Amino acid sequence: MKRISSIVDLENLRESILQKRGSKKTIIRLCLSTGCRAQKSVKVIEALEDEITKQGLQDKVAIKKTGCHGFCEMGPIMVIEPANIFYRQVKPKDVGDIISETVLHGNVVKRLLWKDPQTKELTNTEHDLPVYKKQKKNISYNSGKIDPTDIDDYLAVGGYSALGKALTTMTPAQVVETVVSSGLRGRGGGGFPTGIKWRICSAAPGDIKYIIANGDEGDPGAFMDRSLMEGDPHSIIEGMIIGAFAIGASEGFIYVRKEYPIAIDHLAIAIRQAEKCGLLGNNILSTGFDFTIKIDRGAGAFVCGEETALMISIEGRSGTPRSRPPYPAFEGLWGKPTILNNVETFGNIPKIISKGSDWYSSIGTKKSKGTKIFSLVGKVRNTGLVEVEMGTTLREMIFDIGGGIRKGKRFKAVQTGGPSGGCIPISKIDMPVDYDSLREAGAIMGSGGMIVMDETSCMVDVARYFIHFLLFESCGKCVPCREGLKQMHEILTNICEGRGEKRDIKILTELAHFMTTASLCGLGATAPNPVLSTIRYFRNEYEAHIYDKKCSAGVCKNLFEYVIDEELCNGCTLCKVKCPEQAISGKRKEPHRIDVQKCIKCGICFSLCKREAVRVK
Amino acid sequence: MDFQEVDRTLEKYDHKHSAIISILQDVQGIENYLSEETLRYISERLELSLTRIFDIATFYKAFSLVPRGRHTIKACCGTACHLGGAVRNLDQIERILHVKEGETTDDRMFSLETVNCLGACALAPVIVVDDDYYDGVTPGKIEKILSAYRTESER
Ligand SMILES: Cc1cc2nc3c(=O)[nH]c(=O)nc-3n(C[C@H](O)[C@H](O)[C@H](O)COP(=O)(O)O)c2cc1C
Ligand code: SF4
Repeated sequence: MKRISSIVDLENLRESILQKRGSKKTIIRLCLSTGCRAQKSVKVIEALEDEITKQGLQDKVAIKKTGCHGFCEMGPIMVIEPANIFYRQVKPKDVGDIISETVLHGNVVKRLLWKDPQTKELTNTEHDLPVYKKQKKNISYNSGKIDPTDIDDYLAVGGYSALGKALTTMTPAQVVETVVSSGLRGRGGGGFPTGIKWRICSAAPGDIKYIIANGDEGDPGAFMDRSLMEGDPHSIIEGMIIGAFAIGASEGFIYVRKEYPIAIDHLAIAIRQAEKCGLLGNNILSTGFDFTIKIDRGAGAFVCGEETALMISIEGRSGTPRSRPPYPAFEGLWGKPTILNNVETFGNIPKIISKGSDWYSSIGTKKSKGTKIFSLVGKVRNTGLVEVEMGTTLREMIFDIGGGIRKGKRFKAVQTGGPSGGCIPISKIDMPVDYDSLREAGAIMGSGGMIVMDETSCMVDVARYFIHFLLFESCGKCVPCREGLKQMHEILTNICEGRGEKRDIKILTELAHFMTTASLCGLGATAPNPVLSTIRYFRNEYEAHIYDKKCSAGVCKNLFEYVIDEELCNGCTLCKVKCPEQAISGKRKEPHRIDVQKCIKCGICFSLCKREAVRVK
Repeated sequence: MDFQEVDRTLEKYDHKHSAIISILQDVQGIENYLSEETLRYISERLELSLTRIFDIATFYKAFSLVPRGRHTIKACCGTACHLGGAVRNLDQIERILHVKEGETTDDRMFSLETVNCLGACALAPVIVVDDDYYDGVTPGKIEKILSAYRTESER
């Protein structure tokens, strides 16, 4: 790879890549991100490669291994260019038809197209998919289109031109002010204005400064950062280099959780390529600016997503938060001024520099600018990643994009912001999604996890789930969090197991107040949010658990029974055969019964019955 | 334990104390756990106190101080998996293997772990055995999933 030593070099290289690619080849894009890989997309690639060689089509067809398209549930996902044909759930055995029909004759293979579950209509192309219609793909645009392990692909779509612009036509202060006026707020949870943070750090005294990208993504139920790191790593790196230039840092770190091996791999490849071309290292684009990036792997501690803990972890110690001030912008990594931003925040930077702050601030709402990627999961039909303009309503996200609730069930709540967030009920479904509205509703934007719940989700159990999660993740340094979580967990467990008492709700609320005010870091301070928001909106469920000893969602084992609806049961015997406790009796073709004494509520019969005759009582 | 590989790892990170977390991750990759002997060796070579190393090895969840089984089952307990019934699946695995999470079966065939989130939320509930992902898992499917690994090992 040739070193790019000036902006002219950069543009020439881009030109030559584009020219080389001008040929009229068919390109088959296939997603190799975690979601599709879990659904065996590697096998599909192998079959494709074999078939192409067998038919001698190497000159006509190219395979492009891409990152995530967002529509993970339908994986493995394949798009065939130039016609933009979209195939879902592709298996190795489909490869023959894809080559002979679509590649050689331009016909679509109908069985692989996406079919609307309601209207049964087929969609041929990726552009026309209803899930993408209401989205505004800005930061996630490249993912799914480019090969993240090939820097040429990123250059071909205009990559690193923002870096060129910043380094050769702007001063560091101008970069900072552009980010300030764009209105960009941090995507890591708190929503702090990014430009202001940069301004503070660039004014902080000190020769050595650091810049860190937070790819720890500890929020369980969120995976947009993973997808971005896997699918478009160069955009994060470009954003970091621009940030380093703006604040005067010469060393950077990307902190990635070790549960994301592909993300780590792709980032490492991208860094190596950028170094080889001279976009990282000494004297970048001959401007005299030096900058390097290293990757640090997290070792499985949620609290290390918190900024001070993360820096302590990079220093090679156990990551427990420290009190602030001093803020990292003054005293961060190794005591030097440090900027820490979320990886998606950095992903926004190249766009802001290229297209300008006016363009950026025209998108979104008054106080929340730009677009945001959410991971829309849980009980919605179309699960996956969606990127929308700030201010899009929950209804649009869950019903128009998400396709509504699965299996004809009813929407109950949506949880945003992970363990620091809250549950929002149906009455607020028309609320716009932005930092401030979410906070007002008792939730937070968080990193962008959006988990949809239906009538089979128990809200007390959800609260207990998050408290349980945090109980094990609390570092234990301060009393309010360590002991508060323990007490909350005990009370919630009592409620879920049928030992709830009248005073419990009041104690929970008091504990919450204490933890919020007195905890050292954000983990303890926001930990009560899932409890408070469920008490606020679903108090009746708490009361049903405490007074009636009932869990109508069928989650809390001591508080419900499984029964078979005799009208629906056709006596297929499947449940009887599979019940590990022989608790089910009945003759073939006659309604069956469950013996409540023997039933251990393992849920096997419930999950197996095709007629949904097993009910929760 | 072959300390040559450990030496190579220490070399790779320049014997830097700040790289201790990465060093332990790489070393754990060799034997799938960190033995006392290994930790003592690293402590000597790096001239870093054993207390500090033990602090790190017990703070971060990625580290195991006990040997693991031949196959590792990771039951994802992320929010989406939880709502999809991850607890029922975990109960079922525990019932079949007679182990609790964090434990290894007596025959050292399976270690059972829970993970906070694998980022495969769209496929919930997910369990991963070694490197194989299983999506949309229900209690009824567990026996079949696990038996594939048993018979494979018996062969
Ligand atoms: C317990 C805890 C966990 C956190 N985890 C993450 C995380 O996984 N990813 C992230 O970007 N920010 C996380 N944060 C927020 C960071 O501390 C920090 O505010 C953020 O990375 C700053 O980036 P931003 O300004 O771009 O949002 C966490 C905060 C707390 C208190
Ligand atoms: S609030 Fe919790 S996680 Fe944060 S420092 Fe205190 S004990 Fe540790």
